[in-house]
Amino acid sequence: MPTVLILGAGSDVAQAIAQAYAAKGYSIQLAARNPAQLQAIQKDIEIRYRVECSSVVFDAADFAASSATFSQVQPLADVAVCVFGYLDTNEQSMQHWPEAEKTIAVNYTGAVAVCNAIAIRMAERGSGTIVGISSVAGERGRQSNFLYGSAKAGFSVYLDGLRNWLFHKSVHVVTVKPGFIKTKMTDGLILPPLLTASPMQVAKAVVHAVDKKKNTIYVKWFWRYIMLIIKCVPEFVFKKMKM
Amino acid sequence: MKRNITNWGNYPVEHADEYQPAFRDQLQALAAEKKDWIPRGNGRCYGDASLAPTVITTTKLNRFISFDTLNGILDCESGVTLDQVLEVIVPKGWFLPVTPGTKLITIGGAVGSDVHGKNHHVDGSFSNHIVDMDVILPGGELIVCSPDAHADLFWATCGGMGLTGLISRVKFRLKKIETSYIKQKQIKAANLDEIIRLFEEYKDYTYSVAWIDCLKKGKGFGRSILMLGEHAQLSELTLAQQQQPLKVVNKTLFRFPVYLPSIFLNKLSIGIFNFLFYLKNTKKEINNVVPYEPFFYPLDVIDEWNKMYGRKGFVQYQFVLPLNQKEGLANILHRITERGFASFLAVLKVFGKQDTMIGFPMEGFTLALDIPIRNGLFEFLDEMDKLVLEYGGRIYLSKDARMKAHTFQQSYPRLQEFKQTIQKYNGQQVVHSLLSDRLQLTPQ
Ligand SMILES: Cc1cc2nc3c(=O)[nH]c(=O)nc-3n(C[C@H](O)[C@H](O)[C@H](O)COP(=O)(O)OP(=O)(O)OC[C@H]3O[C@@H](n4cnc5c(N)ncnc54)[C@H](O)[C@@H]3O)c2cc1C
Ligand SMILES: NC(=O)c1ccc[n+]([C@@H]2O[C@H](COP(=O)([O-])OP(=O)(O)OC[C@H]3O[C@@H](n4cnc5c(N)ncnc54)[C@H](OP(=O)(O)O)[C@@H]3O)[C@@H](O)[C@H]2O)c1
Repeated sequence: MPTVLILGAGSDVAQAIAQAYAAKGYSIQLAARNPAQLQAIQKDIEIRYRVECSSVVFDAADFAASSATFSQVQPLADVAVCVFGYLDTNEQSMQHWPEAEKTIAVNYTGAVAVCNAIAIRMAERGSGTIVGISSVAGERGRQSNFLYGSAKAGFSVYLDGLRNWLFHKSVHVVTVKPGFIKTKMTDGLILPPLLTASPMQVAKAVVHAVDKKKNTIYVKWFWRYIMLIIKCVPEFVFKKMKM
Repeated sequence: MKRNITNWGNYPVEHADEYQPAFRDQLQALAAEKKDWIPRGNGRCYGDASLAPTVITTTKLNRFISFDTLNGILDCESGVTLDQVLEVIVPKGWFLPVTPGTKLITIGGAVGSDVHGKNHHVDGSFSNHIVDMDVILPGGELIVCSPDAHADLFWATCGGMGLTGLISRVKFRLKKIETSYIKQKQIKAANLDEIIRLFEEYKDYTYSVAWIDCLKKGKGFGRSILMLGEHAQLSELTLAQQQQPLKVVNKTLFRFPVYLPSIFLNKLSIGIFNFLFYLKNTKKEINNVVPYEPFFYPLDVIDEWNKMYGRKGFVQYQFVLPLNQKEGLANILHRITERGFASFLAVLKVFGKQDTMIGFPMEGFTLALDIPIRNGLFEFLDEMDKLVLEYGGRIYLSKDARMKAHTFQQSYPRLQEFKQTIQKYNGQQVVHSLLSDRLQLTPQ
């Protein structure tokens, strides 16, 4: 059976993706920083889906260590999904450099460190798929979330290039731009229901995109058009807006 | 995040802060930090039991911990729902030891209400099958309890409506099955006397329950269908069924689209009952083998059927009377139907013996009926409560939204013990609910 690696396995979205693949019979490799969480999720998947499940402890903010870890993890997964991310209010991140640094470290540098390690091995093998959960926030910098957004923008551009590089080695890359998802990251925010996906909807979209070798997906289709419009607003107007 | 929360009856509504911890450490942190909270599972109790200014919902704390397929022992987090449990255990030849009439409740809710099923007279309620469980007290401390360890906490938590703290894990014993099918027998009874006689005659059946037609007056008062069942053995299945004897069925047919004005309600349920009574059951007795799903969970195929009672919501009135109060049962049912308050169907069941600290069941008849909320209803139910008290009965907290504190105090004989135990483990009454405030269990 093929194996899927879930990076940042403790989040709602990651658990939904792991379940969607376990339901298809995949072996599951879970990676996260909290061992107790990993153990709970691993046992649950084994019992519910009767598939093989293993776990790896890593911290995305510790670039060197995580790069080393994923250069060796066996077996090398068929599908690797980079789900982890970090969001604080832009206000907080502007006022406290450690917050801003963490936002960049987890969403960009940390993601690149892990994806690189896996990409190199998949390229050598000549097969596999890497999925990166990025964000529509990375499509245009806005006053409300440009620290997070710029890190995600970097990650999206990285995934574009990686897709191009890996295409010639028969490895595929999927970029996911979920829009709003109802998770603990967005707990406390009032989200418009039509534009908000559930973790399970994201998971199904990921599985589908991997199967169909899609390049970039928006989980709810209208986000593609919303972002198109947002990107069309001329900068001299955009800079005056409060978004 | 603050939102309006209601339970199954859509009454009352509480504007509450809701937290959904996904891991035990997050839960313990919340339990230590928050005030005025109550545990909530899937919100399938009918009234105000899992409502409070702060609600800690367990539906994300929903992992299996271990499953001993040889001995039939399951250990899981409290937010796992019964339908998830069935999906895991049925294919391995095991079944829930006790199940209520819906599989959309959590294991924590099954313990918090100490739920009963159609097999109460044989297998008792859910607490009878627990090996041990973890309870997180207000303050965050975790205590493992069982009938042998911290027994007071254990018995105050089973049926304790969340008032001792939050159950985070439950280990319980399962029931062995050969197939996932039920050998069912349905018998028509012409009136209340006959249905009571039939319960007695068929008391050896593992599962039994009756649906009563509440609109029938006069000679046919109490006409009903008795539904009996046993887990089918392999040899009792058809060849086709034998291909996959432990099949799991799990589907919602449709979602109830909108809140209906309540006049539609009676027409709809009359239709359903008549269908069963006249079309399907033209014979006095029917015997067949059916999947477990329609036998245990006939209503679960319609998602959100509670909307058919309209926006004002409804209450379920469920009481139990001692076995010798057959007349009392007839009297109360009679008054409810005379006043035209009842929706069409009532569910009747005979309980076996039980004497737990705060459990609802006692040996006797339990009747449950849904009543849409309208003017005069609560006053009328207060009168019914008086009769229930007179006949030595009591009301099920998990269905209740309106009982008066004095009724409650007179009808649960081990109440003092329960209160003392709450006092011991939840002394500051950090944990309380609209229900516990209303019933003066947690003086505010
Ligand atoms: C269609 C239908 C049929 C039903 N049939 C039956 C039946 O046949 N027999 C029967 O007994 N009941 C029956 N019920 C009632 C239902 O089984 C109970 O109300 C059950 O407790 C609901 O569980 P829940 O997970 O939805 O919890 P909730 O409704 O959210 O909570 C119920 C109570 O349990 C407490 N609780 C929930 N989780 C925890 C926890 N983790 N720790 C501590 N306390 C907790 C809450 O505080 C609350 O007091 C039925 C309900 C419906 C809607
Ligand atoms: N929610 C949305 O509306 C939304 C919208 C667009 C994109 N996204 C993206 O979707 C992904 C999932 O988000 P979510 O909503 O599920 O968020 P979440 O609940 O906040 O989960 C984030 C996950 O990232 C992990 N993580 C954070 N820092 C880490 C580190 N240093 N090392 C390892 N893991 C780390 C967290 O692990 P811990 O549990 O150990 O903290 C957690 O599992 C993220 O990439 C997010 O940016 C979300």
